[in-house]
Amino acid sequence: MKRPSLLVVYAFAYLVFLYLPVLFLPLFSFNSGTIVAFPIKGWTLDWYRKLGEQDTLIQALWNSLGVGAVAALMATALGLFAARAFVRYRFRGQAAAEGLVMLPLVIPGIIVASSMLVLFLFLGLKPSLITVTLGHTFLALPFAVSILKSAFDDFDISLEEASYDLGCGVGETFRRVTLPVVAPGIVASILVTFTVSFDEFVLAFFLSGNQPTLPVYIWSQIRFPAKLPNVLALGSILLFVSVMLLVLAEYFRRRSSTRDVR
Amino acid sequence: MFKLRSEAAKGYTLSAPATAYVGFLVAAPLIILIAYSFWSQTYVTLDKSLTLKNYREALADPLVHHLMLRSIWIAGAVTLTTVALAYPIAYFIAMKARKKTIWLLLITIPFWSSYLLRVFAWKLILGFNGVMNSALLGMGLIDEPLSFLLYNEFAVVLTLAHAWAPFAILPIYVSLQKIDPSLLEAATDLGNTPVQRFLRVTLPLTVQGIIAACLIIFIPTVGDYVTPALVGGSDGKMIANLIQVQFGAANNWPLGATLSLLAMMSVGFVAIVFVIAGRGVGRRIR
Repeated sequence: MKRPSLLVVYAFAYLVFLYLPVLFLPLFSFNSGTIVAFPIKGWTLDWYRKLGEQDTLIQALWNSLGVGAVAALMATALGLFAARAFVRYRFRGQAAAEGLVMLPLVIPGIIVASSMLVLFLFLGLKPSLITVTLGHTFLALPFAVSILKSAFDDFDISLEEASYDLGCGVGETFRRVTLPVVAPGIVASILVTFTVSFDEFVLAFFLSGNQPTLPVYIWSQIRFPAKLPNVLALGSILLFVSVMLLVLAEYFRRRSSTRDVR
Repeated sequence: MFKLRSEAAKGYTLSAPATAYVGFLVAAPLIILIAYSFWSQTYVTLDKSLTLKNYREALADPLVHHLMLRSIWIAGAVTLTTVALAYPIAYFIAMKARKKTIWLLLITIPFWSSYLLRVFAWKLILGFNGVMNSALLGMGLIDEPLSFLLYNEFAVVLTLAHAWAPFAILPIYVSLQKIDPSLLEAATDLGNTPVQRFLRVTLPLTVQGIIAACLIIFIPTVGDYVTPALVGGSDGKMIANLIQVQFGAANNWPLGATLSLLAMMSVGFVAIVFVIAGRGVGRRIR
């Protein structure tokens, strides 16, 4: 029998390192004791049941859902046009434009957050869900652009040309040819950008004022040891939802892309 | 007429909303931040006459020096650890793994879960009465809880290295993927051992990927707020925590703006030096 190579062993060990820490959250969310330590006292669903009774949490959830939905739609809309331009056309300064759009990925969070706070107050916008949404659109844009770029990459231009030749206008061609083909990419982009916004903390922490999103709410609870089980239950649900959304996004992205890997 | 316009014009028009949005939200705050850094504030009144007071204050403050150096040091340690741990995985996926897509997906999924929660998980694991200590005690490996796990630089480095892992893997994977297999075959045919082949061919060809991975990790981690705040304790605080205080509790925005700009400049400086050095190394081993 062939001995598994060192590299394979390392790869699996790495996966354990990657996943194990995160899996402690759901594990201890079912623990009936309030201290997060072994041994586990007993199993319970109480912490999950109690989540529904907390009005501030429910409000924060709605805030996050609203911000996430709007930011996802805005980032995807902006990204759709940009991705189309980057893939379909060649123009001077294109590399610079593509680089600029990716910039939000690499600026340290604290600098984005503090500078946006200063900007929005300068413009007379009080910290609120609106400012968080604007900020999240900014952060989510690179993800939208890269997903949609790969969707357009696989798009055969001759389909559009055929549509023009058959007498369709620009609008009709876009609606009846382009859009259906890249639709899975659009869905993937919406799901991913929604998740980016839904999980984002630092910017929301600076920009949300007195309208906390879910991560900001969690931050406010983390300090109190008594609230720990609640945070664990809530956190586990969030992890589960994020992963589900992304697996779904990956499914759509695959459908839009015929290539093996991005 | 839309159809008659040139390719380039269409490209500009379509990409303009996105580039304008990002451009505005990068440039406008920067300008205001720079303005703030030359203004001053006494209690709550903002004095808009130009002054270098904030810079003098920030540069003279030993705490600022300390936190800035520590931030760069920690980010450097995180970068090194993450890239060193990630390289073999990227190599495995690019060269050996049969189901590449599945592996890439497995590697990236944890990254998509909430950053805040991942950091929080480490706080629970490393705590004095936490998961690790209770497990070790339960197994009888230690007699009393280890106190050096949480609230120090080690905890910050470990947590960040975990959080940024996928970011290091992807760029290295891409650069490995681009290597022409015939180059590797040629090296073998010319009598190189696998180790020689790796050092002479594979590694030099992936220097660009390594540099990209380093920058992608180094730049954001210098300004990380959540990790030092949750697992850093007082010995693991970083510059971002001080900046947040200026914009929050201390309510000294001019100083906060100055610190943000100084942090940005330090990051930029280190990054540029690193890129130049990296290119040099890349050329030399080639």
